[in-house]
Amino acid sequence: MKVVIIKYNAGNIFSVTSALKRIGVEAVITDDKNIISSADKVIFPGVGEAGTTMRYLKAKNLDFFIKNLKQPVLGICLGMQLMCKKSEEGNVECLGIFDEDVQKFPAGSLKIPHMGWNNITKVKEPLFNKTLENEYVYFVHSYYVSLGTDTIASAEYILPFSAALNKNNFYATQFHPEKSGDAGERILKNFIYL
Amino acid sequence: MLAKRIIPCLDVKDGKTVKGVNFINFRDAGDPVALAAEYSRKGADEIVFLDITASHEKRKTLTDLARRVAAEVNIPFTIGGGVRELEDVSALLAAGADKVSLNSSALKNPNFITEIAKNFGSQVCVCAIDAKENNGKWTCYLNGGRIDTGKDLFVWAKEAENLGAGEILFTSMNHDGVKTGFANEALAKLGQIVNIPVIASGGAGSKEHFKDVFLLGHADAALAASVFHFGEIDISELKTYLRGNRIVVR
Repeated sequence: MKVVIIKYNAGNIFSVTSALKRIGVEAVITDDKNIISSADKVIFPGVGEAGTTMRYLKAKNLDFFIKNLKQPVLGICLGMQLMCKKSEEGNVECLGIFDEDVQKFPAGSLKIPHMGWNNITKVKEPLFNKTLENEYVYFVHSYYVSLGTDTIASAEYILPFSAALNKNNFYATQFHPEKSGDAGERILKNFIYL
Repeated sequence: MLAKRIIPCLDVKDGKTVKGVNFINFRDAGDPVALAAEYSRKGADEIVFLDITASHEKRKTLTDLARRVAAEVNIPFTIGGGVRELEDVSALLAAGADKVSLNSSALKNPNFITEIAKNFGSQVCVCAIDAKENNGKWTCYLNGGRIDTGKDLFVWAKEAENLGAGEILFTSMNHDGVKTGFANEALAKLGQIVNIPVIASGGAGSKEHFKDVFLLGHADAALAASVFHFGEIDISELKTYLRGNRIVVR
């Protein structure tokens, strides 16, 4: 099993690597396209701002490259948002893998960002299984993706939104499985053994 | 629904926990990483490490700690104590820390909050405030509670939010160590004034105090040290108790 984490200017790579190590997987961190293409599983992490990060991916010619990957790919947090069509953050065109837009949470009575542990519901296989229904996972985000045909887990904060997406070989979570305790490690395992 | 968080806080010096820790059947009481892992197993939602190392090797000991914690612990953690430059922050984040907590450095240089928020996002920046009530007025203190700045707690908290802080960690010096409950009145007022999460600190002595800090103080998270370190309150039992009182916890 060869697992690759795409190296780019995202902040949480060490945490993702550590989480994988805890479930017995040694991942390679690289931006070498040949190595990424030959991997069994690819992880696309993300912490940061959408506009800046999309420009970076384009400059490195990683945008089309990621979109055309054929093996299972897991986007995390900003990684998931970048896999959507368009983001309100920095008003930027994203990879367009998922047919959804990323919007800012409306200001109101609740605090933004949505930060902390929240439960996920209506979870779907294969990334999730029944034991993960209603489990708490760790979120930190100010932008969200609505519920849609690609939604494979829902959460609610201010409004119901997509906690995870799946389309063909592309998977993505809005939350951070690498920081979500045992539940997060179970989800990472499900992805690795797809 | 978003859960209320329970956060144990560990004081660390030269890579070891400072205050005595007295778990029954727990051998690694001096090792902050083993301790954090144990708290995580018991259901802690986050861990805060407060580093009080004074040497100039500080940045290295801090990032080493972050790296060791990130390797072992599968929940978010914050590192505070002596974070003064952007380079400190980027080194800590690269080592796996999720947030940094600023105290004196933010009061002395408020723009530091903005710099962190701009470079790494607001969620990374926890503004810690030590405040004390004198004659009905809450003022902020510097250097671990030694110097009164005269600055109003609520004014500074709002300023910190506007500057880009992602959370406020408010320690009541009147309540700290007394174990008679949190500063619920001030916390409730703070929650009205700022629109970012408020972590309550200082005063935890019983499970009921945690119930009160969420129901009366409207805190988003509660932080404590000694009640957890000395096994007076078990985190998993605390969560069962809070759940029984209709408070949403993980």
